Amino acid sequence: MTKQAKQSANLLQGTLDMLVLRTLLYGPAHGHQIGKHIQRTTNEFLQMQHGSLYPALHRLEERGWVASKWETAPGGNREFKYYRLTEKGRKQLVVEESQWKQMSEAVARVMWPTPEES
Amino acid sequence: MKWWQFKKRNTDLDRELRSDLELEEEEQRENGVPANEARYAALRAFGNPTLIREQTHATWPWFWLESLARDLRLGLRALRRTPGFTVIAILVMALGIGANVALFTVVRGVLLKPLPFQDPDHLVMLYEWGLHKNDAPDFNVVAPGVYGEWKKQNRSFSDLALAKDSRVGLSGSGGQLPEKLYSALISWDLLRTLGVQPALGRDFTQSDDSPAANGTVLLSWGLWQRRFGGDRSILNQTIYLDAQPYTVIGIMPAWFDFPDPETQLWTAVYHDWPEEWMTSYNNHSFRVVGRLKPGVSAAQGVADLSLISLRIHNAHLGEPVIYRSANSRPMLDDIVGDIKKPLYILLDATCCLLLIACLNVANLLVARAAARRKELAIRAALGGGWLRLMRERLTESLLLSAAGGVLGLVLAAAALAWLQHTRADMSRVESIHIDAAVAAFTVGIIVLCALFSGLIAAFSGSDKSVLSALHEASRSVSGGNAGARLRKVLLTVEVGLTVILLMGAGLLLKSYERLRSADMGCITQNVLTMHLGIPDARYAKGAQRANFFDTLLERVRALPGVDAAGFVTAVPGQGYWGDWTFTIVEHPLLQQGTVPDAIFRWADPKYFNAMGIPILRGRTFDGGKRLDAADEVIVSQSLANQYFPGEDPIGKHLYVAFVHRTAEIGGVVGDTRYSIGEKPLPMMYFPLNAGEETVGTLVIRAGHDVEQYALPVQRIVAAMDSDLPVSDVLTMNQLLGKRTFDQSFNATLLTGFATLSLLLAAVGLFGVMTYIAAQRTTEIGIRIALGAKREDVMRKMLMDGMRPAVLGLVVGLAASLEAGRLMRDLLYEIRPLDPPVFAAVAAVLLASAAFACIIPAWRASRIDPMQALRNE
Repeated sequence: MTKQAKQSANLLQGTLDMLVLRTLLYGPAHGHQIGKHIQRTTNEFLQMQHGSLYPALHRLEERGWVASKWETAPGGNREFKYYRLTEKGRKQLVVEESQWKQMSEAVARVMWPTPEES
Repeated sequence: MKWWQFKKRNTDLDRELRSDLELEEEEQRENGVPANEARYAALRAFGNPTLIREQTHATWPWFWLESLARDLRLGLRALRRTPGFTVIAILVMALGIGANVALFTVVRGVLLKPLPFQDPDHLVMLYEWGLHKNDAPDFNVVAPGVYGEWKKQNRSFSDLALAKDSRVGLSGSGGQLPEKLYSALISWDLLRTLGVQPALGRDFTQSDDSPAANGTVLLSWGLWQRRFGGDRSILNQTIYLDAQPYTVIGIMPAWFDFPDPETQLWTAVYHDWPEEWMTSYNNHSFRVVGRLKPGVSAAQGVADLSLISLRIHNAHLGEPVIYRSANSRPMLDDIVGDIKKPLYILLDATCCLLLIACLNVANLLVARAAARRKELAIRAALGGGWLRLMRERLTESLLLSAAGGVLGLVLAAAALAWLQHTRADMSRVESIHIDAAVAAFTVGIIVLCALFSGLIAAFSGSDKSVLSALHEASRSVSGGNAGARLRKVLLTVEVGLTVILLMGAGLLLKSYERLRSADMGCITQNVLTMHLGIPDARYAKGAQRANFFDTLLERVRALPGVDAAGFVTAVPGQGYWGDWTFTIVEHPLLQQGTVPDAIFRWADPKYFNAMGIPILRGRTFDGGKRLDAADEVIVSQSLANQYFPGEDPIGKHLYVAFVHRTAEIGGVVGDTRYSIGEKPLPMMYFPLNAGEETVGTLVIRAGHDVEQYALPVQRIVAAMDSDLPVSDVLTMNQLLGKRTFDQSFNATLLTGFATLSLLLAAVGLFGVMTYIAAQRTTEIGIRIALGAKREDVMRKMLMDGMRPAVLGLVVGLAASLEAGRLMRDLLYEIRPLDPPVFAAVAAVLLASAAFACIIPAWRASRIDPMQALRNE
């Protein structure tokens, strides 16, 4: 893997963590649901394979930002591994959100300068 | 998560992936995808489950452990596939590591461990030196009189104590035979100075250590067990040493062996030796142990004692051998001084051996990497990380060296057991153990070897041109050149190291041979010697002593088959024993400080004949002159040459002040060496008939099988006095062999190491040649098909193989000049640069190299071109 590719992957990874945490704010969900949700909400813009979620989910769990439990899906007889946001994860989401905001504002300011300032 | 939950977590992940994938599949079906394609559609949307699993694993802690386990598994599998390679590599490593661990253990036990005494850093050994102002510092044993003044006047030492090795006869008792034992004469405070207590009973007190006290003795643990069955009731009982009664006051701990490993009992010196001797400033015979006061350095202590010595020296200018100064060295140096150098040289040799072993294994790994070039290239092409492949390689070499290390440790343990058995005489041999530090050293060596051989191999394969590797492998015209070049460099280094070892071994062997063939100045074949002494106390009168030896020699000579017999203080090769200063009555008094001095011996008239020492001038002692009438002396040729240059010594008189003896020179005899490996020194022989000497060596010469007289002679001794121990029954050859045991031991070990490394180098060369030949099969096939002569092919291959050998030989010879300088102290009458040894080493090496090359070269030249080309 080249160096450049690695950096963009890292950027993406951080973003993915944030998206997962934000999705879980609605309530517990299993991997498939989380993936589908992100895909749907971005109008299929983020064409990601669901599989790339699992390393992120396990990393988040390792850091204690999400917790998991096997539960039967409502209306079905199959068990899924449901992830739920922890208190620590909630705080982390706030941190990441504000970081992302700062970042996108900064990018926006460069890309689309307001007329008064120029 | 803990690592042992790994399995549980793994199944959990599998289940999670499976359930989500099934759901995706269901959804795809619901969206109208045909059932048979739904699974693939789901997989496309989901991604590669195996990859996902691996990526997820990587986020878990302890992931490295899992990957390590996998690397190990892979490594083991790869090694199992090539058992021949694996076994050879492990054996090579085991030899290298085993030799190093064994020698390190010895060096650590003997040289590095602190002495087992209290606060050993403050203990120093003290010596005297310097008769004249400009003498070079030296380490001479101390006269008890000087010790007495040191002890009284010094302000630097909290304790000063005496020790001297000696021998006493322990009388037979309770059905046990009398025996001669190594003992030590010590001052009462020696054990206190060292900070050692007897294991049982009590230490000496000051009152035990005087002529008026009753005799007291401390026994060694070994003697107590062996001779007295470990019975505690021996305490406070009386035993007889040289026919004098001694009360056993204590038993020393088993580990205590000062001043010598052989010491079996300790007696109080001021009790045993007459006061006249103990106040002498000339009678240099003791080792002195000092404990420095806190805050005082050894140099300050020595300066303090030197002042006292100089005062004594100046107050007795008329006396010949009173030293001017004191000297010191750490106690450890004194105890292990003579084995330090050989040990370090042997350690250097084993390091060379280990390096060679590593190079050899690296060589094998490079060959393996070259053989697996295609596999590795494919893996790299499929996305196998470079680091990952490298790590696999290192894991493989780590497995090899770890297995080698474990086996090596076993070898080392066996070698050490053998060493402790055969070298019980070595100082501190009892403190050699495999302990935690040695284990740590072993682990360190294993890692080092793994890194060394693994990295060389890994870098050899790190050639990133994947494509060219694949090309090369598909059309093997003259492939793997890079690997072959590296292997040749490794071989050159290996051969160089081997040459150094061979040179070292050659020098030591030749030096040993010189030593053994050194002319002792006497007959060494078919001569039997035995040590024997009569107790001064029981044989108090001169006449008793003279009669005893007369009768003994008469009876021995009467044994059928005995050609000659004699008695002397010490035979050639038995050691220095002692020297006396003398003056020549007929000569004017020499300047102060230039006093003649010679080794002395007491001998019976027929001793010279028995030992074949030629009488060059005059005659031997007159057997009829006995006791006070025996006033002759016989001198050696070097004494005559040195002190009577250009005049006839016969009829002149020597005066020995120490024993108040004036003697007329009756004859001049040939020189003998007091010690094998030392130059003959001036020697003077006094007549045994004077009835002074009581201990010495009986020599018996016979036409053949002289050993058979050991028993009859001992029977004669027992018949004369049943309480006399006879010891050290050795032929002259055995006696000299014992004295040169060190040299033969070192030479044998080094030769062993050198042979091993020669073997390794030859195997390495053979491997490389076979490999090159295999690589070039097609090329050679084409050449032969095009009309190349087979002899030319063979010559070319041979030259190719010999080049690293010749280069290594040159490098090794240059390096061994330096190594030879290091060994100079161990060599006897041979210079480090010995042309015959050089030539021999070069010949042996080139012959082995040629031998290793010739089979692959011959095989290459026999290649059938059709066969070779069809192999493609």
